[in-house]
Amino acid sequence: MPKLEQIRENYNAARALCEKRIVVCAGTGCIANGSMKVFDALKNAIALSGLEVTVSLKSDDPKEHKHHDVYMVGSGCQGFCQVGPLVTIEPNGIMYGHVKPEDAEEIVAKSIVKDEVIERLLYHDPATGTAYKGVGEIPFYTKQQRTGLKDCGNVDPENISEYIAHGGYFAARDAYSRYSAEELCKIYQESGLRGRGGGGFSTGLKWNFARVEDNAKKYVVCNGDEGDPGAFMDRSILEGNPHSVIEGMLIAARAIGADEGYVYVRMEYPLACSRIREAIQTAEAYGILGDHIFGTDFSFRINVMEGAGAFVCGEETALLASIEGKRGMPNPKPPFPAQKGLFGKPTVINNVETLALVPIVLQQGAENYRKVGTAKSPGTKTFALTGHVANTGLIEVPFGTTIREIVFEIGGGVLDKDGKINNDAFKAVQIGGPSGGCLTREHLDLPLDFDSLGSIGAMVGSGGMVVMNDSTCMVETARYFMTFTQHESCGKCVPCREGTRQMLEMLEDITNGEGTEETLELLAEAGEAVKLTSLCGLGKSAPSPVLSTLRYFREEYEAHVKAKYCPTKTCKALSPIAIDPALCRGCTLCKRVCPVGAISGEVKQAHVIDPMLCIKCGACITTCKFKAIS
Amino acid sequence: MSSDYSAAHSFNKVMEILDRFDRSETKIIPILQAVQEEYRYLPQEVLTFIATSLGVSPARLYGVATFYSHFSLEPKGKHILKMCDGTACHVRGSSAVIDAIRERLHLTAKKITTDDMMYTFETVSCLGACGLAPVLVVDDEVYGQVKPEQALAIIDKIDAEEKGNA
Repeated sequence: MPKLEQIRENYNAARALCEKRIVVCAGTGCIANGSMKVFDALKNAIALSGLEVTVSLKSDDPKEHKHHDVYMVGSGCQGFCQVGPLVTIEPNGIMYGHVKPEDAEEIVAKSIVKDEVIERLLYHDPATGTAYKGVGEIPFYTKQQRTGLKDCGNVDPENISEYIAHGGYFAARDAYSRYSAEELCKIYQESGLRGRGGGGFSTGLKWNFARVEDNAKKYVVCNGDEGDPGAFMDRSILEGNPHSVIEGMLIAARAIGADEGYVYVRMEYPLACSRIREAIQTAEAYGILGDHIFGTDFSFRINVMEGAGAFVCGEETALLASIEGKRGMPNPKPPFPAQKGLFGKPTVINNVETLALVPIVLQQGAENYRKVGTAKSPGTKTFALTGHVANTGLIEVPFGTTIREIVFEIGGGVLDKDGKINNDAFKAVQIGGPSGGCLTREHLDLPLDFDSLGSIGAMVGSGGMVVMNDSTCMVETARYFMTFTQHESCGKCVPCREGTRQMLEMLEDITNGEGTEETLELLAEAGEAVKLTSLCGLGKSAPSPVLSTLRYFREEYEAHVKAKYCPTKTCKALSPIAIDPALCRGCTLCKRVCPVGAISGEVKQAHVIDPMLCIKCGACITTCKFKAIS
Repeated sequence: MSSDYSAAHSFNKVMEILDRFDRSETKIIPILQAVQEEYRYLPQEVLTFIATSLGVSPARLYGVATFYSHFSLEPKGKHILKMCDGTACHVRGSSAVIDAIRERLHLTAKKITTDDMMYTFETVSCLGACGLAPVLVVDDEVYGQVKPEQALAIIDKIDAEEKGNA
């Protein structure tokens, strides 16, 4: 294979001959918003204006190097999906959002031919209306610390030379030529890198368990079965920077002595599947994957397997069963996969984000890596920030960042039920998806890391972070998550199979107005039992959303069971009986028939019902002559 | 349905798929995926045929086919609508869109395909496009920030196109 230095030098030389570079986001979100049409429109407009444009920079052969006015790239997800389609122009550093194909001509005439900025296409802060020129200025980006995502949305995922020019595969080469397997495991243990898939287990320690196993065949598996609803960092990395995952797998393979790997991706992510497949082929063509890696005697090959739609396959033993062509059901541990994993061989399973961070740790060195984040959770973490928040998207911040900084600064504030920014409308942040819990106002200043979240009954999980405003019913939210886990329970162990069903039925009773105070006690008891006795992580964490909301929003549950009232009016069965003030004549009839004295009002003035007292007997409805009550 | 039946009986495609995956038992999932890609569902005859070819029991294959939600043992409609009901979509109002589509197509959570085999409507847990919530996918085209009226308009458009074709 050619030397990495040579590839980098050639790329930089070819790149220096391009006047401008346009990056159009081609992640799933932006494509859905029509970014490929924008890409074509820009390309045509540039050609029409008489400029020379290329969409694939051939850099490896210096003889092919030539001058281009514009070099266009379709990148992976840039994280700011809500503002998509995103178009960035370099070297000016301009970023345009919500770009439409009709804007192409103007962009070319003003920002490519000349160096003018088109004000109306810039990102405007929804709260202040201030326009920001580019990534270097927009608060959504400036307040982040993009490490694993740094090149995601910048490099062309289909151009390996660009990845190498950005320093890619140098760490893998070091791993193969400079370090022993033992040294590598030690470096990763010292770096404190913890698995980003949910468990937070030390990556170096996990590798070392597999390394010490005496077996000629070992596997490295990349877990890209990102099933948590509301999390999409793995999708973004696989789409936007697939080579970083391959490099991470190469290093892991060297550290444990594996010669074969699998990338397991959800079939719901077709673009991620095709990008990683293509990247693997390219890496093979460049001699980075295959035999005699970096001139050594090591071999490593990667297969891609598409999942078939089972959330439980995110659990490592279930994932292995699925690769083996079986029903994806978990197995008891021990034996751990590091001892007896895929096809009975020692196997290391790391999640996509962890693997993308692996080369970075080696580039920076263990000591430098530890400088960011908290003592026990070093480094950065990506979160998928969604829900009732002004800026939704994918963000990366150091561990130890607070919810306040994430939601109010990066997120730009909470959206109330009318879609306006109003931070008083903040109710909760659900973190960790169906395995996680809720953080409330009292946790706004809690530094987020693996341990702090665990201590309050939530978890980092895969990093889904859903902001909820005060129009969200927490009981309904708990029911929603329980519906999900109940449906995804594989049925192997009784506590999860039956327990989640019982819990779901109780939650349905509560949201249907059939719950009692006893239901709440029983629900908490069942939750504890499922948590303690389930076989795998799915069952162990399934009760978390329920237990966490019971803990922090007890009064809301009580309103549902005692007053039969849903404070946010989300649960239809518990939406209160109300008097339409426009129809009410103030005849006082209803007030007199109400058995619990819930109706108040003066004669000839509109009456009101106190929903906390109302027992929904319906007496008022039948009494009212003006049909004002419903 | 006769065309589907005859299609299920021409096993040439299945043979090709089996060969592509070395007739290996460990490749059952990619084999079923490829077969479903071909037939849009897993016809019973084909499942039995695959089991025999791989030397495994039909029960083993049926077990795998029913475990994963991607596999369907029922034929699906010509147009497939998938509404994301992941957390982000859920809190941003996917339920209203789901209700509207179901009402329009006379479908329920259990009955997901229309009688005329024109539409299949499913909910999925997360499509990973949470920034655009709520998300609706119609025949692989993704629509973001969908409102119930928009979803119905998309169906109207397909209806009109189908009428034009007929």
